[in-house]
Amino acid sequence: MFTALHLAIIAPFIAAVFVPLLYKKIPSIHTGWFVLFVPAILFIYFLQHIPTTSQEGAVTAAFPWVPSLGINFRAYVDGLGLLFALLITGIGALVVLYSIYYLSKKRESLHTFYTFLLMFMGAMLGVVLSDNMIVLYLFWEITSVSSFLLISYWYEREKSLYGALKSMLITVLGGFSMLVGFVLLYSITGTFSIQETIASSSEIVSHDLFLPAMLTILLGAFTKSAQFPFHIWLPDAMEAPTPVSAYLHSATMVKAGIYLVARLTPVFAVSGEWLWLVAGFGITTLFWGSFSAVRQTDLKGILAYSTVSQLGMILSMLGVGAAAFHFQEIDNNLFVGATTAALFHLFNHATFKGSLFMMVGIVDHETGTRDIRNLGGLMTIMPITFTIAAIGSFSMAGLPPFNGFLSKELFFTSMVNITEFQQFNMETFGILFPVVAWIASVFTFIYSMILVFKTFAGPLQKEKLDTKPHEAPFGMLLAPIVLVSLVIVIGFFPNVLSYTIIAPAMASILPSLLQEGQQFEVDIYFWHDWNTELFMTMGVVAAGILLYLGMKKWKGVYKLFPEKLSFNNLYDQTLNKGEVLSQKVMASHMNGFIRNYLVYIFAFVAAALLITMFYKGAFVIDTSGMAPITIYESVLVVVLVASVGVMMFTTSRLTLIIGLGVAGYTVALFFVIFRAPDLALTQLIIETVSVALFLLCFYHLPQIAKNLEPLRFKAGNFIISAAVGITVTLIGISAGSSRMFESISGFFKEYSYKEAGGRNMVNVILVDFRGFDTMLEILVLGIAAAGIFTMIRLRLAGRDEL
Amino acid sequence: MEILMSVTAGILFMGGTYLVLSKNIIRIIIGTSVISHGAHILLLTMAGLKTGAPPLLGLEASSYTDPLPQALILTAIVISFGVTSFFLVLGYRAYKENGTDNTENMRGTDSYD
Repeated sequence: MFTALHLAIIAPFIAAVFVPLLYKKIPSIHTGWFVLFVPAILFIYFLQHIPTTSQEGAVTAAFPWVPSLGINFRAYVDGLGLLFALLITGIGALVVLYSIYYLSKKRESLHTFYTFLLMFMGAMLGVVLSDNMIVLYLFWEITSVSSFLLISYWYEREKSLYGALKSMLITVLGGFSMLVGFVLLYSITGTFSIQETIASSSEIVSHDLFLPAMLTILLGAFTKSAQFPFHIWLPDAMEAPTPVSAYLHSATMVKAGIYLVARLTPVFAVSGEWLWLVAGFGITTLFWGSFSAVRQTDLKGILAYSTVSQLGMILSMLGVGAAAFHFQEIDNNLFVGATTAALFHLFNHATFKGSLFMMVGIVDHETGTRDIRNLGGLMTIMPITFTIAAIGSFSMAGLPPFNGFLSKELFFTSMVNITEFQQFNMETFGILFPVVAWIASVFTFIYSMILVFKTFAGPLQKEKLDTKPHEAPFGMLLAPIVLVSLVIVIGFFPNVLSYTIIAPAMASILPSLLQEGQQFEVDIYFWHDWNTELFMTMGVVAAGILLYLGMKKWKGVYKLFPEKLSFNNLYDQTLNKGEVLSQKVMASHMNGFIRNYLVYIFAFVAAALLITMFYKGAFVIDTSGMAPITIYESVLVVVLVASVGVMMFTTSRLTLIIGLGVAGYTVALFFVIFRAPDLALTQLIIETVSVALFLLCFYHLPQIAKNLEPLRFKAGNFIISAAVGITVTLIGISAGSSRMFESISGFFKEYSYKEAGGRNMVNVILVDFRGFDTMLEILVLGIAAAGIFTMIRLRLAGRDEL
Repeated sequence: MEILMSVTAGILFMGGTYLVLSKNIIRIIIGTSVISHGAHILLLTMAGLKTGAPPLLGLEASSYTDPLPQALILTAIVISFGVTSFFLVLGYRAYKENGTDNTENMRGTDSYD
């Protein structure tokens, strides 16, 4: 059944169809105002699902699409899907509101922008709310495509196109790999439904294809979520308009990979590989992203690397949360907390990162630059923007009293806890997690400070700015203000989210741990005693302040990594070298010279047949039923072979034509000896006509150049042609020696006269039994004649145009 | 006899292939003719040789040669004639238009645009 839920998922696509119409028909109103309704209404619609998912479980609605292949558009709204759906529609509405003030009505082609944005929104909803893997994949690829279109929105800029292509190549590579993973899972379980797959997870774990399926799906998740080393597309995607960066590349699309990992956790998480891969890649990305963010000078560059780093953090927590599966229940299960932390931070990140991107867009819009070397001293000029930046950044750095502080504490807790896990070498190597997490947090603190203080503090550099800076209009500030208010509200009242959103989402990630009627206990406090985590945070702040103040002294560290060894360079080189290599490979064998192609064909045919014959032992020779050799045939064979030899080595065209004539007449004589009178007649006439034709053209044909072909070339040709000749001979002998059943010629003998009334069996076959062949053969002759006529007469037609 | 004829067909194929592999366009056309001769002989040989009288019922012989391969060869001869004559005129026209009979000079340009 097609339900309201399905309609909600595809509503953005439907709306996208009408956007160009509204843009053309009602040019006086900014198109964004119409678009704003879509996510706003959807947000309210999805809010209504909160009571259902938190108390009763999931809402499902199936709509058959290709039932014979098990592909059905089954919408499935549970805690996890709803968390994402609310983020997508809620932040979507704010981003549309922001874009109304950000994009000029006059200069930009708004209809393409909003069409792509709505396409993306619908695809994202489809990804998080569909239970069928193939439908999920379909929407997943639409997010890639619409993201590609949005990054290249200003398509006249070269960097936009570069960034769009890069993100497309990397995410589609991952998407395709993910499809392979889904198909592997299907071959294990026989279903594309995610919920049914989760139900049969115990069967999957012991299957041989478990590891390949896991690795391919993880590759998809890691590329989409910009995990190390696939993070390189995200900084280049910053060429997109800022609302796009805020929406796609911080709050929604990059979290599709996180969603996938969270969604499939119940399937794969029992294995140690999953724990190590997800947590390991996550923590590496966390460190590398925060480390690289500090060296950026572009505000959006900093935010891009910061997004990479925060995504790594969420993923590492999800990975650590997998350890919870090794305990039977949720009581005294230390590792459940990691999943709580992941989901909590997922939500928090969307709020503060969205507001920070919007803040950067405002700064860019009002000053004309995003380079921190040109910015400074905006604190008094743009006080509201500064407040937004300060709250967002301090939350990102993990300072109280904002929501980032709470999630960072929970993060440290889960990283410290994992060292107590007694499996998969965690008790020895696990110590790396809290250490790396702490170092990465220091860097996070540093770039957060750069973001605020390099932009807003210090002297104002008026000469470097194109325009006179001033505060942004209120409409533009509205969306980030809403987001930072959330940052503060959640900071003070974190438990608003606990049982409405986070606990149901945890139930989707860790379903097997819940007993009947049980619920996860999510309690997030500001203050939990003088414990390790608090000291770690204090250490982060202290070390961060010291390093920020002394940054000039240690910035040289970044020069230690040569540009050549970067992943960007690797990507560029792979692309370039791949292009050069494929050109070389093509040029090496496709050189346009017919002789080469014929060599490939002949050599392949001869080799394939000879090798098959050799391995199958197909060569047989049986002389029993054979006719005796007489003097006539021997003489004719000698003549034929001689004529072939002459044709091969002559350089005179006349000798060549006469050689062909001799061969043809000898063949006719063979037909006479082998009792084929009709063949002999036809062959004689045809040979005469062909030779006449050749001689007719004789004066117009060119002389054969003597030294056209070098000796080596001729030797190669000779070897290949000898191989072809040997193949044919061997096949002829074997075929003649192994007769599998009697010929049907008895039929013709019996019925030629009786049924067809003719005594010449060959002619009866040609015009009666197998008359179709003859008809088409006449057609062939007709076509050849028509072709020759056209070639001779109609040759001037296109000459002038050439 | 069949072995000898198979070898002969092989030699015709060899000669034809050798001619087709050369650069000169006339040699290529003649090569295709030689290959079709080889194919006709091979067809006839594989059906068995000299197994009886010519396939004319009026002779009232006790056994006849298989008529089916003969019908097939007859069709093949006519088709190969049509193709050869078309080739010949095509080669002639190509020579007149391009001023060369060397297939190496008849290559297209290397650029893809």
